Amino acid sequence: MSDVLAVVDHRQGALRDVSFELLSAGRDLADATGGDLFVAVVNGPTAAFADEVDREGVDAIYTVDAGEEFDHDVYAGAAVHLVETLEPRILLAPNSVNGIDYLPAVATRLDWPLVTDAVGLELEGETLVATREHYGGKVEATLEVALDGGVAVTIRAGEWPAATGEGAASVEDVAFDLEESANRSRVLGFEAVAGGDVDIAEADVLVSVGRGIEDEENLELIEELAEALGATVSASRPVVDAGWLPKNRQVGQSGKVVTPDVYIAIGISGAVQHVAGMKGAKTIVAINTDPNAPIMDIADYAIHDDLFDVVPALIEQFE
Amino acid sequence: MNVLVTVTEGATVDDEFRIDGLAIDDGSLTTDLNEWDEYALETAVRLAEADLVDEVVTVTIGPEDCEGTIRQVLAKGADRAIRVWDDALERSEMLDVGAKTALLAAVVETEEPDLVLTGVQSADEGFMATGVSLAAAVDYGWAAVVNALEVDPDERIARVRRELEGGVEERTEVDLPAVLTIQTGINEPRYASLRGIRMAQRKELAVRSLADLGLEASAVESRLRLRELAEPESESEARVLEGSSEEAAAELATVLREQGVGR
Ligand SMILES: Cc1cc2nc3c(=O)[nH]c(=O)nc-3n(C[C@H](O)[C@H](O)[C@H](O)COP(=O)(O)OP(=O)(O)OC[C@H]3O[C@@H](n4cnc5c(N)ncnc54)[C@H](O)[C@@H]3O)c2cc1C
Ligand SMILES: Nc1ncnc2c1ncn2[C@@H]1O[C@H](COP(=O)(O)O)[C@@H](O)[C@H]1O
Repeated sequence: MSDVLAVVDHRQGALRDVSFELLSAGRDLADATGGDLFVAVVNGPTAAFADEVDREGVDAIYTVDAGEEFDHDVYAGAAVHLVETLEPRILLAPNSVNGIDYLPAVATRLDWPLVTDAVGLELEGETLVATREHYGGKVEATLEVALDGGVAVTIRAGEWPAATGEGAASVEDVAFDLEESANRSRVLGFEAVAGGDVDIAEADVLVSVGRGIEDEENLELIEELAEALGATVSASRPVVDAGWLPKNRQVGQSGKVVTPDVYIAIGISGAVQHVAGMKGAKTIVAINTDPNAPIMDIADYAIHDDLFDVVPALIEQFE
Repeated sequence: MNVLVTVTEGATVDDEFRIDGLAIDDGSLTTDLNEWDEYALETAVRLAEADLVDEVVTVTIGPEDCEGTIRQVLAKGADRAIRVWDDALERSEMLDVGAKTALLAAVVETEEPDLVLTGVQSADEGFMATGVSLAAAVDYGWAAVVNALEVDPDERIARVRRELEGGVEERTEVDLPAVLTIQTGINEPRYASLRGIRMAQRKELAVRSLADLGLEASAVESRLRLRELAEPESESEARVLEGSSEEAAAELATVLREQGVGR
């Protein structure tokens, strides 16, 4: 029997969706071992959050009230403290930007092995079997790790269903000593990245361009297509990183979430952080030379061909 | 002030690739400097050019094959490089974050850098964890997913922006010494100049074994074991538009018009 401790994620007064998925992942593992599912809420409006995460299958909730927002020193300290007192053998967190800002430190402090960005988790006796994606989603890796000492795991968003139902968990407020020396960083505030001229989230049709375009001057081709279709141009991250398009055109986890009627992905592989921003589009078209590119998994229409041949031909169709 | 940059060779698989047991067949892999590390390196080199940093040292855990990539890093402005490798490492199919942390921590302890820059993730295994794990091991401060950095050497503070989800950034300050994991887009990495490439040949590239680092093989054993590598089952339900580029484009045009596009 092993218990599971899941630390939920929140920002600016709201729990992140993946937190509820975390509860499902945690419950599945606890069921497999016959253990309990403990949930930790660290910082924020802890009482309200405790209420929200009290879903079916949660056995006990622990709250730590040491600030409003995420602070990795507090999270790391709280996670280590809770692991030492509750003695779970599996520690779960979302693979969010904040999750990866403290869970690796917790694993190191506890001397536990770490599995990040898991898309599947199974228990086989005393072995945790985790599935991850390597090479940008083109290869699936199955990893094994012994549960003996304990394992820290972050899970990918969108892979488990969100937990539902009313729970009847106990709620306990936990205080612990945060070592003075552990406090080496200070969060000063948040800023939203500037909006700019175009809001890609408003567009009905997006022509989205990725690294496959190769060169800044080739963007003209994409702009021509967008014009012919009456569409707006958006992009994957590398195009924005290179400075070829402004940040407000970026689709994805760290860019915008878009839900247009039609999303045409041109020379975009479909990395998980990109897909996070466009999987809600009604119709997805992928133009990519690689038939195995992960974008194909969510595309409704696909052309496995060179964009430099297809795009000019498509422009011609609309002229 | 000194900076240590961790750099790894990123591998991408070709459109068609073969899995050979627990590895990708060499013939279907293209290796290059890991994209995220390129930005970390550029960050360090710019700090040196601004005279905020005296020396930029890089460290790579990897076999001799990756020396080409290391020379590339030296050509782009690192002052010297360390490559860590050992027969004991050769034998394992993968190095998990814990193993890499132990190796890199030993290097940090001898180099004593004020700042360690890693990439947010490696392009192949993408654990997104090595930097923060290392920070805990050497008891440094840290910040993950940094897309802007200002170093104040007098106050010994790094002022950073962390790129969160959904276009929100967090402003944070971290006391030095610190480990920062660098996000793409923080700058525009340079290409190596011809002069840089020539100079790189004369720069120091030191190779360190476990014994050199005072580590036992057991301390760097991976606790994650690779059971299987597989090509994921395609979940694609896409209608593939076939034929020549013109034919496929014509079909797509029909589909798009049906959706009300371009009318
Ligand atoms: C914390 C974090 C946040 C991130 N946030 C985002 C984000 O918000 N948005 C985002 O997009 N990414 C984001 N990324 C980056 C993401 O991981 C990928 O690196 C990125 O999405 C890849 O962009 P791409 O598909 O354009 O490039 P690649 O993955 O390099 O793909 C290029 C594609 O073009 C195809 N191609 C090449 N030539 C041609 C041709 N001639 N014709 C047709 N096809 C061709 C290739 O087959 C390939 O599939 C983030 C990463 C991290 C770690
Ligand atoms: N073999 C390695 N040698 C040196 N640095 C590495 C190695 N693997 C990972 N790193 C560093 O850790 C970062 C994050 O990698 P990962 O945690 O594997 O996603 C990379 O961008 C590198 O800076």
